[in-house]
Amino acid sequence: MVTFNILVTVALAYVVALFVIAFYADRSARRGGNKWLRSPLTYTLSLSVYCTAWTFYGAVGNAARSGLEYLTIYLGPTLVFLAFWVLLRKLVRIGRAERITSIADLISSRFGKSTGLAVLVTLLAVMGTTPYIALQLQSVALSFAAFAPEGTDVNATALWVAAGLALFTILFGTRNLDANERHHGVVTAIAVEAVVKLVALLAVGIFVVWGVSGGLADTLRIIEASPVAQWQPDAGRWVGMTFLSAAAVICLPRMFQVMVVENEDERHLTVASWAFPLYLLLISLFVLPIAAVGLAVLPEGANPDLFVLSLPLALDREMLAMLAFLGGFSSATSMVIVAAIALSTMVSNHIVLPLWLSLQGPRATVSGDVRGVMILSRRVSIGAVLALGYAYFRVTGGTAALASIGLVSFAGVAQIMPALLGGIYWRGATRRGALAGLVVGFAIWGYTLFVPAIGLLPASLMEAGPMGLSWLRPQALFGMGEMDPLVHSIFWSIALNSVAFVAVSLVTFPSPIERLQGAAFVHVYDRGGGGAGYVGGVAEAEDLLVMAQRLLGAREAQALFQGAASGQGKTGYLPDVSPEFVAVLERELAGSVGAATAHAMVRQIDGNASVSVQDLLAVADESAQMLEYSSQLEAKSKELEQTARQLRDANEKLTALSVQKDDFLSQVSHELRTPMTSIRSFSEFLMEGGLKAADRVRYSTIIQDESIRLTRLLDDLLDLSFLESGQVVLNAQVTALDEALGRAIASAGLGGLKVVRAPGGEGVMVHTDADRLSQVFINLISNARKYCDAAAPELVISVRRGGDHVDIDFVDNGAGIPRDQQSLIFEKFSRLSDHSSAGSAGLGLAICREVMARLGGTITYVPGQGGAAFRVSLPLGAVGQDMPPA
Amino acid sequence: MGRSVLLIEDEPNIIEAISFLLERDGWTVRLHTEGEGAVEAVVAASPDVVVLDVMLPGRSGFDILKELRQGAARADLPVLMLTARGQTKDRELAHSYGVSCFMTKPFSNAEMLQTVRDLAEGRAPAAGL
Repeated sequence: MVTFNILVTVALAYVVALFVIAFYADRSARRGGNKWLRSPLTYTLSLSVYCTAWTFYGAVGNAARSGLEYLTIYLGPTLVFLAFWVLLRKLVRIGRAERITSIADLISSRFGKSTGLAVLVTLLAVMGTTPYIALQLQSVALSFAAFAPEGTDVNATALWVAAGLALFTILFGTRNLDANERHHGVVTAIAVEAVVKLVALLAVGIFVVWGVSGGLADTLRIIEASPVAQWQPDAGRWVGMTFLSAAAVICLPRMFQVMVVENEDERHLTVASWAFPLYLLLISLFVLPIAAVGLAVLPEGANPDLFVLSLPLALDREMLAMLAFLGGFSSATSMVIVAAIALSTMVSNHIVLPLWLSLQGPRATVSGDVRGVMILSRRVSIGAVLALGYAYFRVTGGTAALASIGLVSFAGVAQIMPALLGGIYWRGATRRGALAGLVVGFAIWGYTLFVPAIGLLPASLMEAGPMGLSWLRPQALFGMGEMDPLVHSIFWSIALNSVAFVAVSLVTFPSPIERLQGAAFVHVYDRGGGGAGYVGGVAEAEDLLVMAQRLLGAREAQALFQGAASGQGKTGYLPDVSPEFVAVLERELAGSVGAATAHAMVRQIDGNASVSVQDLLAVADESAQMLEYSSQLEAKSKELEQTARQLRDANEKLTALSVQKDDFLSQVSHELRTPMTSIRSFSEFLMEGGLKAADRVRYSTIIQDESIRLTRLLDDLLDLSFLESGQVVLNAQVTALDEALGRAIASAGLGGLKVVRAPGGEGVMVHTDADRLSQVFINLISNARKYCDAAAPELVISVRRGGDHVDIDFVDNGAGIPRDQQSLIFEKFSRLSDHSSAGSAGLGLAICREVMARLGGTITYVPGQGGAAFRVSLPLGAVGQDMPPA
Repeated sequence: MGRSVLLIEDEPNIIEAISFLLERDGWTVRLHTEGEGAVEAVVAASPDVVVLDVMLPGRSGFDILKELRQGAARADLPVLMLTARGQTKDRELAHSYGVSCFMTKPFSNAEMLQTVRDLAEGRAPAAGL
C-alpha cells in the first residue's frame, strides 16, 4: 500500500527533479548551447501546457458524464493548429517583431500602447485564470486525498502545493529579465512534464484496455454497454465548445506565453502544427475506454473525475497509480507555473510598474533601480496570483465539477479574441473599438456565466431576471432560454463583443500611433526578416563597426569591437554578432544618440528584426526633443546676443556720457578757476598794500568784473541744468511778438550795436512763455553786440509768418561763424576762439536751444546770410491769427 | 641779472597778474598769447623759465611741451605748467611729457614767485609737484 507519506516523498522528489532540469536547462541556455532546448519538439511539448489537470482527470469525468463531448476540448486546438496555423504564425511573428511580453501587451501595443486596454486585458486574464489555478490545486488535493487516509486535510495539501509552485515559479520565472521574456528552464521542465503526463495517461489507458478488459474488442464491448454510448450529441454545445477551446488555445495567457513569448524560432511552429494535434490525439486516445471501464468496474458513485487514479488503485496497481498521480501532478503544476509567469508579467508590467513609476516621478527611469523593482514586482505578483488561486479554491471548495470551472475560464479569456483577431487582420480596428468590445464581452460573460457559476446571484434573479425583467435573466438573455447556459453565454458575449468592437471601430478614428501600430501588426510580413532572433541574423559586424565609428569615433569603436572579439576568443576587430554583443553595442551607442535611435540604427543593420513603429516613433520623439532643445538653445543664444548688444550699447552710451561729463566738469572747472585766479592774485596784491592808486582801482575793478563773471556763470549753469532736467514750469500766455522783441532790445544793452527792425509780421500773437522767449532774444542780441566784428555793427531783426509757425531772424553784419564751427555753437562751452574778455561762459546758445525746445520751437544758425544769422522758429498754435493789439 | 620768463597764456587778467608779480621781482616777462607759434617764441626768446598754460587757443599746452621736450628747446629748460582744469590725468600727462612743475589755478602769488625762482636756479620747486 502506497502510504500518504511515500506519495508526498515521491511528489517532492519529482519537484526536485524538475528543479534540477530547469536549473541545468537555464544554465546551458545562458551558455548559448543545447540544441535539444531549441528544438521544435521541446516547443511542441511545451504547448501541452494546454492539457492541465482538467484535461488529465476531467476529460475522463466529462466522458463518463457527457460521452464524446470531451473531444471538443481537443478539437478546437487541433483545428487551430491544422487549419489556422497561419494565424498562429502571424501572432508569433508580431510577437517577435514587437517584442511582445504577454497577450495584454499585444492588445495594448496594437491599439497605440493603450494603458487602459492593457489593464483591462490583464484583469480579464486574472479573472479567467484564477478559477483555473484553483482547479489545479483542487485536483492535486483530490488526488492526494485519494491515497490518504480518511480525514486528511485536503486544504493544507493544496496550500503546500501552492507555496511550492510559487517558489518554483519565482525561482525560474524571474531569474533574469530578458527583454524577450524567455524562460528556458521553465520551458524545459514543462516539456518534461508533458512527457510525464502523456506517458502516465497512455500507461493507464493501456492497462485499462489490455490489463482490465482484456483487449480492444472487449473494451469496445464495454463501451457500447456503458451509459457513455447513450450520449446524444448536442449540436449547439458541440459547436460552442469547439469554438471556445479554439479561442482558448489562442487567448489563454499561458498558451500565449509558451506559443508566442517563449518561441525560439518561427519554424518550430511548422512542426507544432502537426505534432501538437498528434499529442492531443494521443492524450485523448484512452479517455473513453478509461471512462467506460471505470463506470463498469468501480462501485456506483465513484467520482469519474478521478477514474485515472482510482482505477489502478482499485485494482492494486500501486506503481501505475503513482505514475497516474505524477501525470496529474505534472499537468497541474505545469499549468500553474506557466499561468503564474504569464499573469505576473502582465500584472507587473501593466499595473504594478506603471503605478510605481508614476509614484517615483520622471527620475526613476534614469536610475538603475527599475530592474530590481521589476523583479520584485514580478515575484510579488506570482505570489499574489497563486494566493488568489488558493483563496478561490477555498471559497468555492470543490463545489463545481472540474470541467465546468475550466469552461467558465475559457469563455472569459475568449473575450479577448475579437480584439486580437481584429487587431492583427483589420487596420480599421481602433482602441475605442477594442475597449468597447472587451468591456461588453467581459460584462456579459460575468453576468451570464461567471457570477452565476460561483453562485453569487440569488435564485429569484436567475429565474425572474433583474427587477422582474425576464428578458434580462442571466441565462436567458432576450428570451433565449432553451439554450445551454454555456453556449448561451458564449453566443451573447462573443456576438455582442464583436458587434461593439466593429461598430465602435467604424465610428471612431484611430490616433496616429494606432494607425502606425495597426499597419505594423497587420502587415507584419511585409517587413521581411525571419523569426530566428538575433542569432543567425544577417547583421554584418563590419557594417556595425562602420556605423559605430561614425558615432563613437574610430578609436573608441575599434576598441569596443576588438574587446568584444577577444571576449569571444577571436582575433581582429570583428566579433560575432551575438545578441550580447548587439546589446552592448546598443548601450554604447545609446550614450551618444539616445536609446531609441541606437536601437533603430542597430536593428537597421542587424536586419533581422526590422525597425518597429515604436522605434521610429521613439526616434522621432528623441529628434523632436533634440530639435526643441536646440531651438531653445538658439533662442537663448539670440537672447544673450541681444542682451550683450544692449549692454554694449548701454556701455557705449555710459562711456560717452562719462566722457561728456568729464569734459563738462573740466570746462566748468576751467570757467570757475580762471576768474578765481585773477581774483586771488589781485586781492593778494591789494592786501600787500603799497600799490599805486591807479593800480589799486584797476585791480579792484578786475576783481569785481571777475566776480560778476563767476556769478553769471553759476546762474547760467543752474538755469541750464534746470532746463535740461525738465523741471521748468512754463508760464504760457498770449503775447504780441512785437512787444516781446521790444522788451528784449530795451533790456539787452546795445552798446555800439545798431538794431534794425525789418518791416513785416506786425501784430503776430504767440501763446508762449514771454519771459523765456525774451531770454532767447536778449541772448542773441548780446551775442551780436559782443561778437559782431564789423566797424559799424548792425543787427537786423525780421519777423516772417509761414503756415503754422513764425520765424524771427537775427542777422548781423559781421564776419559770421566759420562753416566748420557752425554745428558746434549750440554745445555747452562752445565759445569760439577766445572771447573771454566778452564775459561769456559759452553757455548762452546752449541755454537758448534748451529754452526753444521747451517752448516747442527751434533755434538754428542760418548760413550764407553775410554775417552771423540765427533763426528762432516758434509754433503759432491756436492763437496764430493776427489779433488786433489790445 | 637779466633773468627772463616767457609767459604763454591767453587770459588777459592772469597775464596782467603774473607779469606784475614777476616784473616787480626783477624778471623780464615776455608774452605769447596763443598756441600757434609758441614753440618758435620759446626758441626765439630763450628764457630762463617758461610758464605755460594748458588751455590755449589754437594748440594745447601739452602739444607745445611735447615738442619742446622732443628737442625744440634745450633739454633742461624749466617749464612750469598752469591749468584751470584740475584733473589728475592732466598732471600725469604733463609729467609723462617731462614738465618741470605743474600748478593748478588759482595759485598764491608767493607760491608762483618761489616756484619760478627755484626753477631758474635749478632747484627742485618747493611746491606744485
